[in-house]
Amino acid sequence: MSQAEALAAPPALYTPHAAPRATDAAVELRLKSLHYGDFRAVRDVNLTIRRNAVTALIGPSGCGKSTVLRCINRMNDLVRGFRLDGEVRFRGRDIYDKAVDPVAVRRAIGMVFQQPNPFAMSVARNVTFGLKLNGVRDHLNERVEQALRGAALWDEVKDHLNKSALSLSGGQQQRLCIARAIATQPEVILMDEPCSAIDPIATLKIEELMTALKAKYTIVIVTHNLQQARRVADDTAFLYVDRSAGGRTGYLVESGPTAEFFANPREKPTQDYVAGAFG
Amino acid sequence: MTRPDPTGTLARPPTRFDKWADRSFRGLAATSAALAVLLVVGIVAQIAGQAEPAVREYGVDFLTTSKWDPSGKKFGVLPQIAGTLYSSVLGVALGSLFGVTVAIVLTQDFLPPRLEAVAKGVVELLSAVPSVVYGLWGIFVVIPALRPLANAAHETFGALPIFGTRLSGPGLLPAAFVLAIMVLPTVTAISRDALAAVPGKLREAAFGLGATRWEAIVKVVLPTASRGIFGAIVLAFGRAVGETMALAMLLGNSNSFSWSLFAPGTTLATLMANQWPESGAVEKGALMYAGLVLLGITLLINSVGTLILRRTVRVEEAHQ
Ligand SMILES: Nc1ncnc2c1ncn2[C@@H]1O[C@H](COP(=O)(O)OP(=O)(O)OP(=O)(O)O)[C@@H](O)[C@H]1O
Ligand SMILES: [Mg+2]
Repeated sequence: MSQAEALAAPPALYTPHAAPRATDAAVELRLKSLHYGDFRAVRDVNLTIRRNAVTALIGPSGCGKSTVLRCINRMNDLVRGFRLDGEVRFRGRDIYDKAVDPVAVRRAIGMVFQQPNPFAMSVARNVTFGLKLNGVRDHLNERVEQALRGAALWDEVKDHLNKSALSLSGGQQQRLCIARAIATQPEVILMDEPCSAIDPIATLKIEELMTALKAKYTIVIVTHNLQQARRVADDTAFLYVDRSAGGRTGYLVESGPTAEFFANPREKPTQDYVAGAFG
Repeated sequence: MTRPDPTGTLARPPTRFDKWADRSFRGLAATSAALAVLLVVGIVAQIAGQAEPAVREYGVDFLTTSKWDPSGKKFGVLPQIAGTLYSSVLGVALGSLFGVTVAIVLTQDFLPPRLEAVAKGVVELLSAVPSVVYGLWGIFVVIPALRPLANAAHETFGALPIFGTRLSGPGLLPAAFVLAIMVLPTVTAISRDALAAVPGKLREAAFGLGATRWEAIVKVVLPTASRGIFGAIVLAFGRAVGETMALAMLLGNSNSFSWSLFAPGTTLATLMANQWPESGAVEKGALMYAGLVLLGITLLINSVGTLILRRTVRVEEAHQ
C-alpha cells in the first residue's frame, strides 16, 4: 500500500498500548532551562522522541508542557523575553543553532493548537496555505483531497471545499487544522491539547487519526487527559512543578513506554499523579 | 415546591418614579436622535433652498461644463469635481499606504511596547494640528522640498501627462502630500484597532505553518483585518473630499483641471472658500449648488462604503 493509499484509507481501529515500532529518535530534547524574562518556567528536560510514534506530555497545569512543546518548532521565539538554555536536536543538528532558520524548522515540524484556528478562508485554501508558502503550486486539488482524507474530514467537506472554514463545527475545524498541518508533509506534528475544545465523538475521531498518522509522522501531543494518553501514546512523559526555593519550575520527572509508565511509575510524584487522576 | 417570596420583590410593580424615569429617559434619547436627524435635514434643505435658483438655471450643465465666469453668469464645476476626486484619491492613496504601514508597525511587534505607545500617541497628536498649520507647513516645507524632485521628474518624463508641467509653487502633489498626512491619524487609528483585533491564534497558525513574519502579515493578518481597514479608508476619503483650508493654500486657484501632478488645481471646497467673499447674489447661488454637489459626493462615498461593508458582513455571516 502506498503512503497516499494508507492516508486515504479510513483510520483503522486503533489498539491501545500499541507496541513500539521504531526505535530511532526523531527529536532529542536536552533542555537545561527555559525562561520567560526572569521567570524560570522549565528546567531539566531530557527526552527522546521516537520516530513514527506518539509521545504524550502530561502533567498538572502550569508545569510547562506547552512551553516544552513549543520549543520543538521554535514557536516560543515569538514570545518576547523567552530564552532557552540547552538544545533540541533534529535531523542531526541543534535547531537553536545560529545557522538554523526558525521558519524552515516550522515547515518541517508542524503544529496543531488547543483552539481550532482555521483562517477565515475557504476549506480548500486553508489546506493549500502551507503548500503555497512552500512554493508548491501543482496538483493542488489532489493534495487537498489527500490531506483532508488524511485528517478523516474528506467525506464531510468534499462538497463544500469553497465554503468558509469558519462554517465548520469545532471538531471539523480541528481536523481541518490537522489537514492543514499534514498537507505540507512535515516530519513531526506537535499537538497542544488538540481535543480540549471539542466534544467526545470528535475527540475519538482525532484519537483514531493520531494512531493512523503515526505511520507517516512523528507525533507529540500535550494532554490533560490521562486516559487519552493511555489510548494513543506509545511513550508518555510526565512533567511536574518544583516549588522549592519559592519558584514554580516545571521539570521532567520520568518518561517511558506508555504501558510501563502507567503500570509501574517509578517516581513518587508520578505515582501520586496517576493514582490521583484515576481516583 | 419552591420557597415563598417573603420580600415580595418578584411581584413588586415598578413605582411611579421608575415609570417616570424610564419614560423621560426614553423621551430624551428619542428627542436627541430626532434633533440630530432634523439638523442634517435642515442643513441640506437650507443649502438646497439657496441653491435652487442656480439648479433651475444651470441644471445638469453645471456638472458638465468648465467655465466659472461670474460676470458672464456662466457657471460649471466639472474641473472642481474632477479636482476634488483627483486630489482626494491621491491623498487618500498616499495616506492609506502610509497609515496602514504605520498601523502594521504599531501592532505587529516591530517596536518594544513602550515605544509602540509613544508612537501611537504621536500619530494621534497629528489629528489635533489645525488645518491652517498644515497649509503653512505645506507652503514653507513641503513645496520647497518637492520642487527640485518634481522639476527633475518633469525634465526626464515630461512626456507623461502626470509630469506634464513644472512645479512652480502650489500644485496637486504638495496638496495631496499634505492631505495624506492629514488623513493619516484616521487611517492609522482605525486600521490599528482592526489589526489589533485579529486573533493571536491566527498569527500563531500562520507561523506554525512556516510563514515568515511578512507572509503572516500579508496573507493572514491584513486579509482578516481588511474590513476595518477598508472602513478607515472610506472615512479618510470623506474627510479628504471636504478638506478646504489646507488645500486652498496649497493647490493654488486655477479653475481648470490638469492631469499633471505639479500643476495648480481646484476642488469644490476650495472654489467655495476662494469665491465666496467677493461673490454677488447669482454667484452665491451657484456656490451653494457647488456645495450641494460636494455634499452629494460625500454622501455617495459613505453610502457606497457602507454598502460594500454590509455586503462583506453578509458574506461572512453566511459563512459562520
Ligand atoms: N508567554 C508567557 N509569558 C510568561 N510566562 C509564561 C508564558 N507562557 C507560559 N508562561 C508560564 O510558564 C509556565 C508554564 O506554562 P505552560 O503554558 O507551558 O504550562 P502548561 O503545562 O502548558 O499548562 P496548561 O496545562 O495549563 O496548559 C507557567 O507558570 C506560565 O505562567
Ligand atoms: Mg498548555
